[in-house]
Amino acid sequence: MIGPAAAADYPLRQVTVIVPFAPGGPTDTVARIISAQMAKSLGQKVAIENVVGAGGTLAASLASRAAADGYTLIAGHMGTHAAAVPLYPGLSYHPTRDFEPVALLAGTPIVILARKDFPPKNLEEFAAYVRANTERLNVAHAGIGSVSYVSCLVLHRQLGVKPTGVPFGGMGPAMKALIAGEVDYMCDQIVNAVPHINSGKIKAYAIAMPTRSPSLPNVPTTAEAGLPGFQARAWIAMFAPKGTPPSLVVLLNAAASHALDDRAVRDSLQALGAVIPAPEQRTPQALADLVASEIDRLTPLLWQAANATNGHDQPWK
Amino acid sequence: MADLISNLALGFGVAFTPVNLLFCLIGALVGTLVGVLPGIGTVATVAMLLPITFGLPPVGALIMLAGIYYGAQYGGSTTSILVNIPGEATSVVTTLDGFQMAQQGRAGPALAIAAIGSFVAGCVATVLIAVLGGPLTKLAQAFGPAEYFSLMVLGLVFAVVLAKGSVLKAIAMIVLGLLLSMVGSDVETGAARMSFGVPDLADGFGFAIVAMGVFGFAEIIRNLDPGTDVNRSLVQRPVTGLMPTRKDLVDAAPAIGRGTALGAILGILPGGGAVIASFAAYTLEKKIARVPSRFGRGAIEGVAAPESANNAAAQTSFIPLLTLGIPPNAVMALMVGAMTIHGIVPGPMVLQNQPELVWGMIASMWIGNVMLLIINLPLVGIWVRLLRVPYRLLFPAIVVLCAIGIYSINNSPVDVVLAGGFGLLGYWLIKQDFEPAPMLLGLVLGPLMEENLRRALMIARGDATVFVTRPLSASLLAVALLLLILAILPSLRRKRDEVFVEPKD
Repeated sequence: MIGPAAAADYPLRQVTVIVPFAPGGPTDTVARIISAQMAKSLGQKVAIENVVGAGGTLAASLASRAAADGYTLIAGHMGTHAAAVPLYPGLSYHPTRDFEPVALLAGTPIVILARKDFPPKNLEEFAAYVRANTERLNVAHAGIGSVSYVSCLVLHRQLGVKPTGVPFGGMGPAMKALIAGEVDYMCDQIVNAVPHINSGKIKAYAIAMPTRSPSLPNVPTTAEAGLPGFQARAWIAMFAPKGTPPSLVVLLNAAASHALDDRAVRDSLQALGAVIPAPEQRTPQALADLVASEIDRLTPLLWQAANATNGHDQPWK
Repeated sequence: MADLISNLALGFGVAFTPVNLLFCLIGALVGTLVGVLPGIGTVATVAMLLPITFGLPPVGALIMLAGIYYGAQYGGSTTSILVNIPGEATSVVTTLDGFQMAQQGRAGPALAIAAIGSFVAGCVATVLIAVLGGPLTKLAQAFGPAEYFSLMVLGLVFAVVLAKGSVLKAIAMIVLGLLLSMVGSDVETGAARMSFGVPDLADGFGFAIVAMGVFGFAEIIRNLDPGTDVNRSLVQRPVTGLMPTRKDLVDAAPAIGRGTALGAILGILPGGGAVIASFAAYTLEKKIARVPSRFGRGAIEGVAAPESANNAAAQTSFIPLLTLGIPPNAVMALMVGAMTIHGIVPGPMVLQNQPELVWGMIASMWIGNVMLLIINLPLVGIWVRLLRVPYRLLFPAIVVLCAIGIYSINNSPVDVVLAGGFGLLGYWLIKQDFEPAPMLLGLVLGPLMEENLRRALMIARGDATVFVTRPLSASLLAVALLLLILAILPSLRRKRDEVFVEPKD
């Protein structure tokens, strides 16, 4: 058992952060940058353990069953801690019931991207073109429930269209297909897109957040471009297993928040195009609220998708 | 041309600093070690070593990680040849003739030719990256889903051709491999297929699990089988010479050249490029050989060609990463992660913004290949001596190493049990004269094939003619068909001869 003095001694040994994806992706990169800095303020090593499988739910399930002693944490994200609820009916954990929220680490805005010879010149023309040519268009995404899938689903609801969704194993292969012109457009996290937009290999219509991104100063926001209703972003946050002593959660939250104030950390996150949460968004309570609202938002959207295989209507063709 | 020389000069200037030479050496050494230990894959090692590179300068970090990657391609062949366990999917075919050579007491030449072939391929591929990086990327971009599907079909046909025995049995094994690859998550919906609620099956059977089972464990069971005494004495036969003879070199040289060319071209294709390259190189050698029946019985070309091909492919797979910023496989994805952590955003701009990084890495690859040859040739003697370890010690050691390796991939005990199950299956297959290599190829290529088939059909709105109306795809399918006919023809002719002979009797 962990006594009241836990926080005073903590951490006595290495802390492990489980990342639910293969190394190299956005979640992994963000988790590595922040945990390297957290290690300095905690005075202990922070190891990253990549547990891959079942859309990240294998890792989250593992983390939910880990000892609640502050030595096992998970870098959860929109998929594992919100979208998984409607998508996996037999989910062996629940994002709110089985985890203690620690801190929001980063948000990554969504950009509407298209192959470089896609005819529309701006977002308004894009909307009209997509409505007029729905039958012929192919939209890339990284599988049902992925950030790219959910984001374009929201966009299509607003435009009132159902184009054909083409699934890829990840957004890397999808990006290759977009550059090669095999698919027409997609909604992707800014992290992956910046270099290809800047080199002119693909075009970006708008960024789905209230302000422009410093890494893409020429890309308008959806509000500026005439589609203010379309807001989308992915997020990455740190969670501990349920029952982790509040004193440790406070300590870990402080370490994470401190890391987010570090200049080098901010620079590397911003180079990725990630949005660093403001101090009031970093509290455990703010994260709890975010998770709850995301589950409420995504459940009706994705329920249909999850049940499409059982003969219900597909939200996309 | 002047550009190229100044670029390479810049690269060698970066790579030849003492610190970067040291990183290159460490990478090559670790890579060799990882390749030799069965089960511990390149991806896992690069992932484990990633944190260490955070403190290093970016060029040094990337040079070291790249060294691990191509070093593992060198080392991966060692277990294939010595104990019939492919360390990586790319060295599956090497087991066919490599292990046969070892059983005939020619493990030394097999290991040496694998190292020499890898070296030649590495050198050629490094030059190719420098000279043809840009144009080759365009070729890779011409590959859409339909082309990928057809390439996979061609890859599977290679497996039929390389089979020693019955064509029908080879096809059966490929289909079994494809069926096994169906287990796991559906690429589009993420729904678990045929996993029977076991979470460890949610992502399907891992390559390492099946490979250790059907090759490693099955081989050990077969050796313990009292019926195979003959084989056991074969392995104990004295090792005749460590280095290849002049004849070996003459036989292997053209195979190395062809393997390098095939590997370099197929390596730039994301996904199964390197795997298909090794199978394709083997098939090509067997097809053009004057006595194809030597293959599978210890032909040195059967080691030289696929080993050259997989190393060439491992190196040219850097091209999409360096020119497009798109990682073609899991290790490259890790390199992207390493770059972003160092504040370098990978993509088409890296070559312009940080030429010293890209050219430094390219130059280091050539240096790394020289180092690997120097490391590997003297090691041949040590590896071969391993074969003299009595079986009562060697077998338990292999089983334990394999079990640790399998467990370490996902920290999953279920995986170890599965590998045991595949071991029994593999034993039965050997007894029934089924070859496991085509099954493994089916397993590796299955998911890619399915994904691209579905994607191609989706984009074409269900029109299956897309595979024959796109010229590149159609030619790949035509080659596949031709190869299949060539493979079946001899057995057809034999049957026809029998038919003709019978009435006379």
